[in-house]
Amino acid sequence: MEQQKHAATLGMWLFLGTEIMFFGGMFCAYLIYRYWYFNEFAASSRTLDIWLGTINTAVLICSSLTVALAVRATQMGRRKLTVLLLLATLVFGLAFLGIKGVEWYDKFEEHHIPGASFHFEAAVPQHPGLKIDPQHAQIFFSLYFAMTGMHALHMIIGVGLFAVLTFYAWRGRYGPDYYTPLENAGLYWHFVDIIWIYLFPLLYLIDRKK
Amino acid sequence: MSEHILPIRLYVTIWAALLCLTVITAAVAFVDLGAFNTVVALVIASAKALLVVLFFMHVKYTSEKMTKVVFVAALFWLLILLTLSLADYTTRLWS
Repeated sequence: MEQQKHAATLGMWLFLGTEIMFFGGMFCAYLIYRYWYFNEFAASSRTLDIWLGTINTAVLICSSLTVALAVRATQMGRRKLTVLLLLATLVFGLAFLGIKGVEWYDKFEEHHIPGASFHFEAAVPQHPGLKIDPQHAQIFFSLYFAMTGMHALHMIIGVGLFAVLTFYAWRGRYGPDYYTPLENAGLYWHFVDIIWIYLFPLLYLIDRKK
Repeated sequence: MSEHILPIRLYVTIWAALLCLTVITAAVAFVDLGAFNTVVALVIASAKALLVVLFFMHVKYTSEKMTKVVFVAALFWLLILLTLSLADYTTRLWS
């Protein structure tokens, strides 16, 4: 049993390693295009809502805490507390997705979604006379939707996963002797949290003042 | 893997630290530091990520050496991807 647990957790870490490479590719593309189209990226980044982004970061950090505490509650064999903490995690996860949805809807209203109806007009930061190239702003928004979209997809999968685990935890399947699925799902959830910890400054923060 | 149970105060402390760092990084974004805006934002993000990995993901307390090997190896490959790609694109206009 002990060895099975070790193998399962090692497998989870290997999976997260592949996930780092998956998101790493998008981060790499973002850095290269930001280097090329610096002014357009700065102007586009400023249209994102920094408050909603900050609130969402806090929501995700809270969800990571409830997951960590849920695993701890299971280690101690406290079934009801585990279920409550897992339900709190689901609420935080859905809140994150809801806020993200509001942000995406705003972008839809502003015609900032790449495609035929894309429209973006802005001046080069600190050079009011110069207009930026909307085609290059479109690249920023393509990357923005690709990265936050893939992150949100991971969140949706995580919420689904935890919904199932909450049900099993409520049925009393997990306890101090066996909680591997909870621990590994927790590792996944923390990983998705870390991705957002990097997305938040790169997309929302670093071009605010330039 | 992490058979010993960590005190609840540790988790809450890490959570509070993560929230503080989030507020700090959002506030610093409104201050003009030139190129250092990016540096500060990424340093704070890495500090937050490290807190999550070490404490929430129990890497600091695990007795399993392979976990750390996998984690460091993944970071190493990511570093190769980023450094080599950026070394290419940022030096193309040099000649």
